[in-house]
Amino acid sequence: MQTISMNINGVPVSGEVEDRTLLVQFLRENLRLTGTHVGCDTSQCGACVVHLDGVSVKSCTILAVQSDGCEVTTIEGLANGSHLHPMQQAFKDNHGLQCGFCTPGMVMSAIDIVNRNGCDIDEATVRKELEGNICRCTGYHNIVKSVQAGAKNMGG
Amino acid sequence: MYNFSYQKVSSVADAVEAMQKSEDGKFVAGGQTMLPTMKHRLASPSDLIDLAGVGELVGISVDEETVTIGAMTSHAAVAASSEVQDAIPALAKLAGNIGDPAVRNRGTIGGSIANNDPAADYPAAVIALGATVTTNKRDIPGDEFFIGMFETALAEDEVIVSVSFPKAGTAAYMKFENPASRYAIVGVFLVKFIDGVRVGVTGATACAHRGMRLEEALNGSFTADAIDSVELPIEKMNADIHASAEYRAHLVKVMTKRAVEACA
Ligand SMILES: Cc1cc2nc3c(=O)[nH]c(=O)nc-3n(C[C@H](O)[C@H](O)[C@H](O)COP(=O)(O)OP(=O)(O)OC[C@H]3O[C@@H](n4cnc5c(N)ncnc54)[C@H](O)[C@@H]3O)c2cc1C
Ligand code: FES
Ligand code: FES
Repeated sequence: MQTISMNINGVPVSGEVEDRTLLVQFLRENLRLTGTHVGCDTSQCGACVVHLDGVSVKSCTILAVQSDGCEVTTIEGLANGSHLHPMQQAFKDNHGLQCGFCTPGMVMSAIDIVNRNGCDIDEATVRKELEGNICRCTGYHNIVKSVQAGAKNMGG
Repeated sequence: MYNFSYQKVSSVADAVEAMQKSEDGKFVAGGQTMLPTMKHRLASPSDLIDLAGVGELVGISVDEETVTIGAMTSHAAVAASSEVQDAIPALAKLAGNIGDPAVRNRGTIGGSIANNDPAADYPAAVIALGATVTTNKRDIPGDEFFIGMFETALAEDEVIVSVSFPKAGTAAYMKFENPASRYAIVGVFLVKFIDGVRVGVTGATACAHRGMRLEEALNGSFTADAIDSVELPIEKMNADIHASAEYRAHLVKVMTKRAVEACA
């Protein structure tokens, strides 16, 4: 067991974990932040994407102990009270989800895409950048539309 | 995954010492291969020694002749480096097409070549560019680093410190990727040096290798057509649900032709 601390969604937290505990388990099971999902547990689907020190990572493929001392942002950290983050709002407005299981990871990846590529991104770039996120429902069309709209909203 | 004892070290010397003290330890870099392998119980190390805190292993430096990339430098950092983009654009492009953005943020060049997956991208570049792999013990020529499937010249307690790529030559990397993982079904890294051509082939056989017959044909005539008459040993090609041996042999030639056209 090891004691770890990190800053999650702006709040300092610490906890005791087994060395093998994954970051996603720490988030979901220790902290009950169940917005981050586990789709595959094999690094393929992206449902578990969170931001670690500002960049997207698959939280099923990083140990909690490896994230010790880091800044973590999860889907729960995006909205400002009842005011959704512009990317969340865009997914709502553009019907960018059906069952919603992939959505937290999609939104976290989408924000990372905008952070790296700016607010004016073409469809081909969004599709390439979303290679690590799998959706079983939508056929991606409205997700791509949402990401483009969210990117514009993030630009103000 | 079975439990293990995790420790973070802050220097190469400490990493080596921790490894020597451990019963059956493993280094972990980005963990993008190590952790999935442990979840599948294909590996169950007693200790995981994390190299993430070793500052001397991170970073990119460029001089007159070489681009040197620290072992713990992420694929994302290599892809985004304007220095690598200027010096060896094909290498930056290769890094930017590994897996997906989240994998590229964690995965490292040291982890990729130490793991030596038969379908990994970097090994093709290490071989074709004639890179040098520097460890805590020695310099290993790229041609001698990759020994077999998931097997390298590294000793158990040997840490890759950096990889140095010569800047000379015009290079192109062409990958026929698995659409799900983006790993190479076949990848060909071709470099046209002043004194000849070097070809690194990945995905096709047990591990990345030099395409000697392709080089011979291209040293005769640097044209896509020169590849038509090359005979590749089908019995050495990988075969799986994604591609048969015959198809892989065919893809090696097609990817080589595309690389020739990109370098012409
Ligand atoms: C979904 C997915 C898609 C991927 N797609 C691709 C792809 O398209 N192309 C591709 O090439 N790869 C791909 N990969 C693999 C990815 O590039 C990995 O990052 C890489 O293979 C391993 O790097 P790592 O830093 O994560 O190493 P780790 O997983 O931490 O380590 C891998 C091995 O290397 C050893 N090691 C690590 N660093 C050192 C060092 N400095 N010295 C000595 N030994 C060391 C470890 O002990 C371990 O045995 C993919 C991975 C995933 C999960
Ligand atoms: S649960 Fe992490 S990638 Fe699928
Ligand atoms: S909305 Fe159901 S998996 Fe994407």
